[in-house]
Amino acid sequence: MSNRKSTWLALVAMLAIGCGGDAGDDGADATDEQQADAAPVVDPAVAATISGTVTFTGTAPEPTPIDMSEEPVCADKHSEPPTSPSVKVSDGNLANVFVFVSEGLGDMSFPTSSDAVVLDQNGCLYHPHVLGIQTGQELTIRNSDDVLHNINTRSTDNRPFNISQPQAGMESTRSFNTAEVMIPVGCDVHGWMSAFIGVTGHPYHAVTADDGSFTIEGLPPGEYVIEAWHETLGAQTMSVTVGEAETGAADFTYDENAAYDPVPMTEPLIVSHDGHGAG
Amino acid sequence: MDWSLPLNISTQGVQIDNLFWLIFWLTAIAFVLVEVGVLWFLWRYRAREGHRARYTHGHLGAEIVWTAVPALTMIFLGIYSGRIWAEIRSPDSFPEDALTIDVTAKQFEWNVTYPGADRELGNDDDFTIRNRLEFPANEPIVVRLHSEDVIHSFFIPELRVKQDAVPGMAIPIWFEATEAGEYQIACAELCGNGHYSMRASVIIHEPDAYERWYDEQTGAAQTAAAD
Amino acid sequence: MATTTAGPTGIPVREEHHPQSFIRKYIFSTDHKIIGIQFLFTTLFFLLVGGLLAVMLRFQLGFPGEALPGGSMLPETMAPGGIILPEFYNSLVTMHGTFMVFFAIMPLLVGVYANYLIPMQIGTHDMAFPTLNMASYWLFLVSGLIMLASFWMVGGASGAGWTQYAPLSATPEASGVYNGQILWCISIAIFGFSSLLGSINYITTVINQRAPGMTWLRLPLVIWALFITAILGLLAVPVLTAAVIMLMFDQTIGTTFFLPTDGGQPLLWQHLFWFFGHPEVYILILPAMGFVSEIISNGSRKPVFGYKSMVFAIMAIAFLGFIVWGHHMFQSGMNPALGMSFMITTLIIAVPSAIKVFNWMATMWGGAIKFTTPMLFAVGFVMLFTIGGLSGIFMASTPVDIYIHDTYFIVAHIHYVLFGGSLFAIFGAIYYWFPKMFGRMINETAGKIHFALTFVLFNLVFFPMHGLGMEGMMRRIYDTSRYTHLAEVQDTNTMITWAALGLFASGLYFMLLFFWSLFRGKPAGVNPWDATTLEWSLPSPPKHGNWEEIPTVYHGPYEYSHPDVEKDWLLQNERPDVVSPAHEVTVRQGEA
Repeated sequence: MSNRKSTWLALVAMLAIGCGGDAGDDGADATDEQQADAAPVVDPAVAATISGTVTFTGTAPEPTPIDMSEEPVCADKHSEPPTSPSVKVSDGNLANVFVFVSEGLGDMSFPTSSDAVVLDQNGCLYHPHVLGIQTGQELTIRNSDDVLHNINTRSTDNRPFNISQPQAGMESTRSFNTAEVMIPVGCDVHGWMSAFIGVTGHPYHAVTADDGSFTIEGLPPGEYVIEAWHETLGAQTMSVTVGEAETGAADFTYDENAAYDPVPMTEPLIVSHDGHGAG
Repeated sequence: MDWSLPLNISTQGVQIDNLFWLIFWLTAIAFVLVEVGVLWFLWRYRAREGHRARYTHGHLGAEIVWTAVPALTMIFLGIYSGRIWAEIRSPDSFPEDALTIDVTAKQFEWNVTYPGADRELGNDDDFTIRNRLEFPANEPIVVRLHSEDVIHSFFIPELRVKQDAVPGMAIPIWFEATEAGEYQIACAELCGNGHYSMRASVIIHEPDAYERWYDEQTGAAQTAAAD
Repeated sequence: MATTTAGPTGIPVREEHHPQSFIRKYIFSTDHKIIGIQFLFTTLFFLLVGGLLAVMLRFQLGFPGEALPGGSMLPETMAPGGIILPEFYNSLVTMHGTFMVFFAIMPLLVGVYANYLIPMQIGTHDMAFPTLNMASYWLFLVSGLIMLASFWMVGGASGAGWTQYAPLSATPEASGVYNGQILWCISIAIFGFSSLLGSINYITTVINQRAPGMTWLRLPLVIWALFITAILGLLAVPVLTAAVIMLMFDQTIGTTFFLPTDGGQPLLWQHLFWFFGHPEVYILILPAMGFVSEIISNGSRKPVFGYKSMVFAIMAIAFLGFIVWGHHMFQSGMNPALGMSFMITTLIIAVPSAIKVFNWMATMWGGAIKFTTPMLFAVGFVMLFTIGGLSGIFMASTPVDIYIHDTYFIVAHIHYVLFGGSLFAIFGAIYYWFPKMFGRMINETAGKIHFALTFVLFNLVFFPMHGLGMEGMMRRIYDTSRYTHLAEVQDTNTMITWAALGLFASGLYFMLLFFWSLFRGKPAGVNPWDATTLEWSLPSPPKHGNWEEIPTVYHGPYEYSHPDVEKDWLLQNERPDVVSPAHEVTVRQGEA
């Protein structure tokens, strides 16, 4: 609701100044310039690194199969029956965990990377399933399937968007102005498709690979709180101190029986309280 | 496109189609009467040298005729349509003990919930299939329509069925297919950017084939084999 | 010099003849004729916008997934590489309907001609409230520009259909449209106030300021139609205004009037919208019927057949128009018993429309028909409105509506009524009153070419849509290829798109003809059509204040081919016993 109110206030302001322009779109351009001006450059000679591995102990849940038979264009792209990428464990290592610096950078600001982050829709799945992006950095959303996808973000701190790409090869570019971990992304045409975007105000974030490993590079030396975030298992934090040109370790473990911080997540859009079986 | 209604496979569709063609022929008569009349008058009464228009303000008898004839036709159509409407939509006309299926629409999919092995909806053994509606032919089916987000409309052209699914309401409709086949549910109410892509398959089985399918789904097949 | 004279009912009427500055005379004018002309230029612009949107959405249907020529100029959020996106398509559909209904057809009928014609046809100097009248125009312009601006909002213009069904319209998360949706509501709310000011003005003026002798049953049918339309507008449009404000609250401050969370009801929006929307349909057709009655009588050189039954038919349509709104909601989940009663009232409302069609035919019967451009458009109206009216019977019948509801059958129907009906009548009216408005004629041959192109192409575009509806093609879908039952419709859609391009081109031809004629048209006399109503006794164009001296009316409005008079028309302020060559000269003196 706060987002709706801010939209509303922006609109009133816009009408008050009597213009029909884009006042509501506090676009990324301005953010880019401000950050470029104020950016402290981290000397590569002293830059520190934090790396680690996220492991999973216990029995990993069976991957949920996805029935794509209704969309042959996508089903044909999968030689193996596709499964949900949610809890992806191999040899005890957990993939698709978003790891980022949650505290310790103070008021520092960082130049926005000019490289776009790509979110690809291929075979009716998002690639990658979890991705990190810096505020103001461009997100290129690509459709590699010759079928309609819509891209519906359920963000709360950023303006959500709900756009569609009806053809293969289409690309749309968006960016986020506010740090928000995490923004769920879904396709309403193919209800099984989901992705998560972690938006941070700095470039120090990573997503664990299939072997559970991650690396965050180029950090100024200092003391940090590192947070690991998983969509169903939850979030954990750890303090790490790194000196000049040092490499700190941050290994996280998720246990199937332990409870972690619940992940705050926007509710899916349900207008009705009726549900099944009423009446 | 061939200016015809598509194949009809429902019991109600017969009445709907007959009414459609009845109205078609009635309106065709009026259409020819008016269009030919207008064209004929345009030619017959075109301005000519030395010809002056008739000075008249009306004719009560003629006006009564062309008030009464359309009025009677409309009343007839109203009564006739009303009877068919009641047979299809009146709460009294719903078949008792029909197979009842819940269909929940959401952007942009149709989730179909079937009763589980106890053949009753609304408890834990119900099972839900995305974008596929399967039911037997030659048996009345009641579909209860729900929506989670915005208004959608449940449209199966070959069954001559259309009903909006409204969030916050559970709207029942019923129909009976006369033969097996594969068709589609289409969404007929604008529901967002994926509206044009909101379709689901409809598989109408022969009754015994439906039973086999249903047993497979509920797992009753294994139980039966074990006995 | 401002003098005050007693009006027909003793109300003082101010006459202003002093010279005015350009801004007072042409921009912030209170002269009903200038306001009418301001409405005309503005609505022609919005008509062009609406047509352009139609061409774009037709392109997508005719050539699905291909790049719109020139479309790469559009932003990536609308048409990346010129390929129209589904959300932009939804905006096109929504804004085409919105612009055509609210900013083209309705103000063309009411804003232009109620303003321009009412004071002159009833014989008075100006509207009862000239300043309100000016406010009505400026509010209209602002609302139209706000609506246009919504295309440039983040998330684009509203994509919920011109009917704005909640919750899609009330839930930005569901539509992906944010400020554009709010601007839709703001624009329509302002439009509602504009319409209200106009309605109050028209009603007051017609009741109070008729010239001596202008009894109710001597009013031209145009005035009857506009008067009843104003009453419909007064009662119906505020309902929409209230509803859009509620809708805006749902979008912005978290109320749930139309959202089932916390007890709202989506069907409430539909009831409110159609309680406005169905009278609106008659707002969009009654004035057109008035124009057509006027023009057919003039073109046939005969009095309107069954004047009184025409008046009573207008009243019956207006009254019944308020109790038929539920026929838009037969498949909405409304109680089926209500469907039954709405079906009966809906079928009954066909009767007064049928009476009017037969009366027009009878007016032509025995006439001496002149094939003028306005007459061609009026006859075109009768032929096409008949098709629209007859196809309406299909959807009035509830069981048939189950199948054709929300299909192209409805699209065909609404266009036969609003384009083949209203817009043809508007074209007829523009050709007919252009000489009075601007003192120049539109070339008759050029006008007839416009008629022929429009008539043929219109039918090529919209008649096949009945067939598409019979195939089950749903309204407002972006691409038919996702459906097995629509496998055969693409060729027809492509043909329709080509015809629609031609129809749009014929519209452009009309615009060129219109503006060319403004400057180069042959000078028109006082009464180029040999017509009978009061405005044709005034110079073309009439002066500010219209009359030096209020005319006296001696008889009904359509005294063509009166047996006691040699010429075949008799103005309402001419007495058949005193029409003489001398009188003729005084009437025509402004001609030179």
